[in-house]
Amino acid sequence: MAGRRVIPGFGLSLGFTLFYLGLLVLLPLAALVVKASSLGFAGFAQVLGSPQVQAALRVSFVSAAIAALGNGLFGLLLAWVLVRYRFIGRRAIDALVDLPFALPTAVAGIALATLYAPQGWIGQWFARADIQIAYTRAGIVVALTFVGLPFVVRTLQPVLLDLDAEVEQAARSLGASRWQTFSRVILPALVPALITGMTLAFARAAGEYGSVVFIAGNMPGQTEIAPLVIMTRLEQFDYAGATAVGAAMLAVSLLLLLAVNLLQAWTRRKLGGA
Amino acid sequence: MQGLATNHGSAGRVLDPGGGFVRRGLIGLALCFVALFLVLPLVAVFHGAFEKGWRLYLAAIAQPEALAAVKLTLLATAIALPLNLLFGLAAGWAITKFRFRGKNLLVALIDLPFSVSPVIAGLIFVLLFGMQGWFGPWLADHDLRVVFAVPGIVLATVFVTLPMVARALIPLMQDQGHDDELAALSLGASGLQTFWRVTLPNIKWGLLHGVILASARAMGEFGAVSVLSGHIAGRTNTLPLHVEALYNEYQFAAAFAVASLLALFALVTLALKSWVEYRTEGKAS
Repeated sequence: MAGRRVIPGFGLSLGFTLFYLGLLVLLPLAALVVKASSLGFAGFAQVLGSPQVQAALRVSFVSAAIAALGNGLFGLLLAWVLVRYRFIGRRAIDALVDLPFALPTAVAGIALATLYAPQGWIGQWFARADIQIAYTRAGIVVALTFVGLPFVVRTLQPVLLDLDAEVEQAARSLGASRWQTFSRVILPALVPALITGMTLAFARAAGEYGSVVFIAGNMPGQTEIAPLVIMTRLEQFDYAGATAVGAAMLAVSLLLLLAVNLLQAWTRRKLGGA
Repeated sequence: MQGLATNHGSAGRVLDPGGGFVRRGLIGLALCFVALFLVLPLVAVFHGAFEKGWRLYLAAIAQPEALAAVKLTLLATAIALPLNLLFGLAAGWAITKFRFRGKNLLVALIDLPFSVSPVIAGLIFVLLFGMQGWFGPWLADHDLRVVFAVPGIVLATVFVTLPMVARALIPLMQDQGHDDELAALSLGASGLQTFWRVTLPNIKWGLLHGVILASARAMGEFGAVSVLSGHIAGRTNTLPLHVEALYNEYQFAAAFAVASLLALFALVTLALKSWVEYRTEGKAS
């Protein structure tokens, strides 16, 4: 509180922050909200009721959900190994976890499409079993899992580091097996962070475009993702259609963001009270 | 019982002694996953780039369209980065040095661009500046173009990288509090002196962290830029858009050659980022 009067620059820094944020984030998003509300309920229903749009939304959200589950599993494995074990190359792998954040999505997209194509290095092995990955929904899930991986690892790592070793030792000395210790003592402590990471991965995956369009078949009604529907509507100058789909997706991701914030506030309170 | 627990238990945080079966299995599984899922795509990019030899690689990169794409990508980054750096500093200063109402809401709003799909980030600027948009007619009257032109690409880049510096700075500045600044001010330093000589040296690593992440994202952004670019080769194509154009024309070797530049930059980003983290960890302990 003392800082308020002594430290200068409150008006300037807050003023600039609000001006910049208002101009570049709030005003453009307001344009989306205003345009969406001008469509009215009937306009929305017409766009969102079309089978093609519904199929695309389903493909995006279902694939994102499967990818988030995959991320939860592999993210838990990676976070555990990186925090608990020391081995050669650990630092390099820790750095590589951020690759999906650092690698441009278009580059990831063409690399994954090439790898999982029927003649690709990975795709050919599946082709022998008559399974096609690229240009199917499986390909979409692969790309979305790649994109969302860092979220779970990065939310779990600090929590794993903070876990109290004594609690585990107590469980072990009381006769719990390794697995019991993990599933009854460690895992429950990780669940909030795990859910947070998976929700972030889900939100990112649902809106993802660049890494998916190359490996998705982009067949309307089957392997077309919702962001691609927005893209094609825009190319056809169907701004109302693009806005309706965009507003629906934005509403879902904002709800998810709110859920994550509430979850974090709840865990903080719970941990603080304990 | 006690001895058994400490010998075999994975409870020891730093080391799991004895190199147990579970430990080796989990490390092996993680290594396989990383190799297949993260390393192999990188290898595929460089393999694809050099598959047809060095000459084609160099030709693909020296193409006028590719060079124009490099220039446009650097231009968009060079504009977006300083702006968001300034914003990050202002937001960090306001949020961490003062108390005011609605601070939590402000922090949440700063994160907003992260939760918006890139395609929607493009869409909102089309709704503002497109022909049917709020400012479209005015722009047309004054012969200005934003959508399908360079300003639109810059706007999209600014939008998607907006939270990055602020996000790197806010937790760091929160931890540091404002005792150092108060000390400097009470010793007679001016506000600007305090900022330059006290605050900035304190936050330089966090700042660098944010700048590294922001520039990686700025150079690699695809969806938002794709909506706002007219896809005119040599004029409104950034590097990722140029990669897409080559790939869709079945010029795979050239597409991967240009993509390898971006992949190389991503690897440099990761190396720099871990170096910065290593430095700051060393300092903390």
